[in-house]
Amino acid sequence: MQGRADVAVLVLDQVSRDFGGLRAVDRVSLQVARGERRAIIGPNGAGKTTLFNLITGELAVTSGRVFLFGQDVTALPTQRRAALGLGRTYQITRIFPTFTVRENVLLAAMGLQPIKFALHRPLLSNGPIWRRTDEVLERVGLTHRAETPARALSHGEQRQLELAIALAGDPRLLLLDEPGAGLSPVERQLLYALIQSLPRTLTVILIEHDMDLALGLADRVTCLHYGRVIAEDTPDCISKNEMVQQIYLGSG
Amino acid sequence: MSIRWRKRAGIALALLAGAAIPYVAPPVYVNLASEILIFGLLAMSIDLLLGYTGLVPLGHAAIFGVAAYVVAYLNARMGLSHTVAIPAGILGALIVSGVFGLLAVRTAGLYFMLITLAEGMLVWGLAYRWTSVTGSENGIGGITRPEFLILPWQFYYAVLVLFAVCAWMLHRIAHSPFGLTLRGIRDNEARMPMLGYNVTLHKFLAFLISGGFAGIAGAAYALYNRFVSPATVEFARSAEGVLMVILGGSGTLIGALLGSGLILLTRNVISLYTDRWLIVMGTLFVLVILFMPDGLLRGLERGVHRLRVAVSHLRFLGSLLRPIRSPTTAKEPAGEVPVPTRHETP
Repeated sequence: MQGRADVAVLVLDQVSRDFGGLRAVDRVSLQVARGERRAIIGPNGAGKTTLFNLITGELAVTSGRVFLFGQDVTALPTQRRAALGLGRTYQITRIFPTFTVRENVLLAAMGLQPIKFALHRPLLSNGPIWRRTDEVLERVGLTHRAETPARALSHGEQRQLELAIALAGDPRLLLLDEPGAGLSPVERQLLYALIQSLPRTLTVILIEHDMDLALGLADRVTCLHYGRVIAEDTPDCISKNEMVQQIYLGSG
Repeated sequence: MSIRWRKRAGIALALLAGAAIPYVAPPVYVNLASEILIFGLLAMSIDLLLGYTGLVPLGHAAIFGVAAYVVAYLNARMGLSHTVAIPAGILGALIVSGVFGLLAVRTAGLYFMLITLAEGMLVWGLAYRWTSVTGSENGIGGITRPEFLILPWQFYYAVLVLFAVCAWMLHRIAHSPFGLTLRGIRDNEARMPMLGYNVTLHKFLAFLISGGFAGIAGAAYALYNRFVSPATVEFARSAEGVLMVILGGSGTLIGALLGSGLILLTRNVISLYTDRWLIVMGTLFVLVILFMPDGLLRGLERGVHRLRVAVSHLRFLGSLLRPIRSPTTAKEPAGEVPVPTRHETP
């Protein structure tokens, strides 16, 4: 385990989280290698989103330790973890509704840059932050909507923006919490093609309900049930796994 | 580009109108104009928190008042010159807002309001009880003005310049990258840490900047009024500042000046005619909230827009009445008419 720790982008060591008497995440240990595409599947209430919140520090762990890029971050606040290169999207869209699309991405792009404290000058359209914003808008296909207020976007576009915000800070590890939530099948395919096209230098962990999508994208799949890891394997093996089938087909 | 120039023309026109006041108004109203500008500046400093950061401070008159008290004490009691007293007053406001900010910015919403309210009451209590320094209810009188600012019009021009410079600075701050982070906190505080922002730090800096400008206003008030008392720092003043922002339109900065003007004008002018001026003021508030729920500034903008639309509709109707030369020419103006949609209210 120690041998792999310097290769692994994320290591969870016996991580648990209680909500009162309920143990939402139960001694989860996990290793994700650099450049890996990892899917996390599991039925509703399996603790997938809670697990993400423990990784980002938006929730504190009850016990266990979290390592990011080989560093123990268990005690670090969320913004310090973001500064290490962690980004995420949310299952329920969390954009800045009164901002334009461009402002949304600008705000995200300067989150780790000292320019965020600049009081005296406006954001210049030829500065590096602005260029980064254009790049990200181009990637997610929102360039033509750059000056639209975010609240006026369609749901599908808001999901694209959600991804753009997460990408803007140029993370090394990206957590995607059901990126396709609420999308039509066609929109979902497009979004997944987009995720597929992300560079391999970026490690992606993805929560997804749709087994076909999750299995098509991932190198490895982790299945959670009642807060526990019940299986972790390649997509082929996981789809043949008896326990996973039981959970998903409802006989368990 | 044309919008930009129209804005610049508007600012130039407003400054000209401001500069003309001493030529057309009697000294009493020149003084009132000074007061409107000073409280407009206080309200603008509140707007940085209220309109841009989404925090409602209920103790800003206390920060304003600390600056006024420090200037009063150093100038009137200790006989120090203005070059010492005024910077010391602003520094005092900065220190107090630093301490208050540390306590307040970890909270949000109602709790932020309550903590700042309590902080304001603390200062008010001190002003009342620390008699040896503040003179309790008697306050501190005898504040002098520099020789070149004694006459109402002299002082007014100084305040006008001060206000314009501060308004420009606040505008720059509100539209800087840092200002964008403040609006981000207002819009979606929960998303900010994941983008790398230390929300508490940004709120604290906003509080400090806001407190600094409130302090500038407070120092100017000490010279304007030449007298400070616990009434300067009381809660009603803080609440009035918030009211000015809401009336004028939060998140606009300059709306705060309209709010300040409305409140101080009604108080000072209508009270000449009737003792029941509070009824008039209350009615005015209700009317503004009913018909311009996002404040005077945006309400007036909307009014102008509607007027334009109405005029273009009338022109269109007029063109229909004209004898028809050919079907295409009769319809032509329709292309230029703004579509008569209702203006969106957020």
